[in-house]
Amino acid sequence: MAHHDPKRSLLIYVAVFLALLIGTGATVVVAKTDLGVLNDVAALGIAVTKAVLVILFFMHVRYSTRLTALTALGGFLWLAILIGITMIDYVGRGAIMPVPGK
Amino acid sequence: MASTTIDTHAPGAAHHPALQHHFDNMEQQKESATLGMWLFLVTEIMFFGGLFTAYVVYRHAFPGVFAAASHHLDVTLGGINTAVLICSSLTMALAIWSAQINRRKLIVFFLLATIALGSVFLGIKTVEYRDKFHHHLVPGTSFAPDDPHLQGVAGQQSQIFFALYFIMTGLHALHMIIGIGVLAVLAVLSWKGRYDAHYHNPLECSGLYWHFVDIVWIFLFPLLYLIGAHAR
Repeated sequence: MAHHDPKRSLLIYVAVFLALLIGTGATVVVAKTDLGVLNDVAALGIAVTKAVLVILFFMHVRYSTRLTALTALGGFLWLAILIGITMIDYVGRGAIMPVPGK
Repeated sequence: MASTTIDTHAPGAAHHPALQHHFDNMEQQKESATLGMWLFLVTEIMFFGGLFTAYVVYRHAFPGVFAAASHHLDVTLGGINTAVLICSSLTMALAIWSAQINRRKLIVFFLLATIALGSVFLGIKTVEYRDKFHHHLVPGTSFAPDDPHLQGVAGQQSQIFFALYFIMTGLHALHMIIGIGVLAVLAVLSWKGRYDAHYHNPLECSGLYWHFVDIVWIFLFPLLYLIGAHAR
């Protein structure tokens, strides 16, 4: 329970807010540096970190019931399945057997 | 697991005027509202998820063209908008915080601040859209980028990038417009004293929605604006 102490939750909100701003700055700085493939990894890594901070603290999932947390996690799991399995097809198509008509 | 400030064991707590008859207590009512809102947000994740999947598929197909097309987006305006949206998420969180400490006027203040920041975001977005129309970067018959990298087949492929840009940011902006409308109603209801430390579920659920829209932008900004930014 974070909200028993209003001063403490206010401090947490401001800390998360500052972390998100720093993350935004870091996103731009990292993008302007040539890291090869790592550019995408870093960009997504920072974005996921920011999203997790928003979900846990601004959206109060840190203090919610497990059912709510599981529902939120389930949504993102299904998104990962959607993108992941789609890309397995696009990246791997033709790698094992030739694609008919090509 | 306890999730609210409501002391359900206090005498009379179960008789809060906002407690609907089909709930045992305020805490159960709040948990139901939160869970229901999250279920809606899961459908929103999948809704935007389809577009993110399309983005990944086409970026994988045309990586060079996507990087070249991305250079036509304004990183400064996009970055400012990211900061504006993060500020609006803070003010939204503080509106709920104000309800938790029973400060009616403070709720209204932070809701109005959130609406104002959301409007600034949409204003900057309008400037960006106008710039894209001005430079013929809107997919369709008038698409004619003044860029040697985006001619011929590459130009056609880059229309997919700009189509995704307009659909994804447009859908995001539509969510912001709806959110501003919802917050405006809540500001009026808050002013009338409808919400307090024991009952502010509409604020909580609207906050979840607002923060979700912020998260969508947190991903849109690097994925659309910053591809191959080091090569500029």
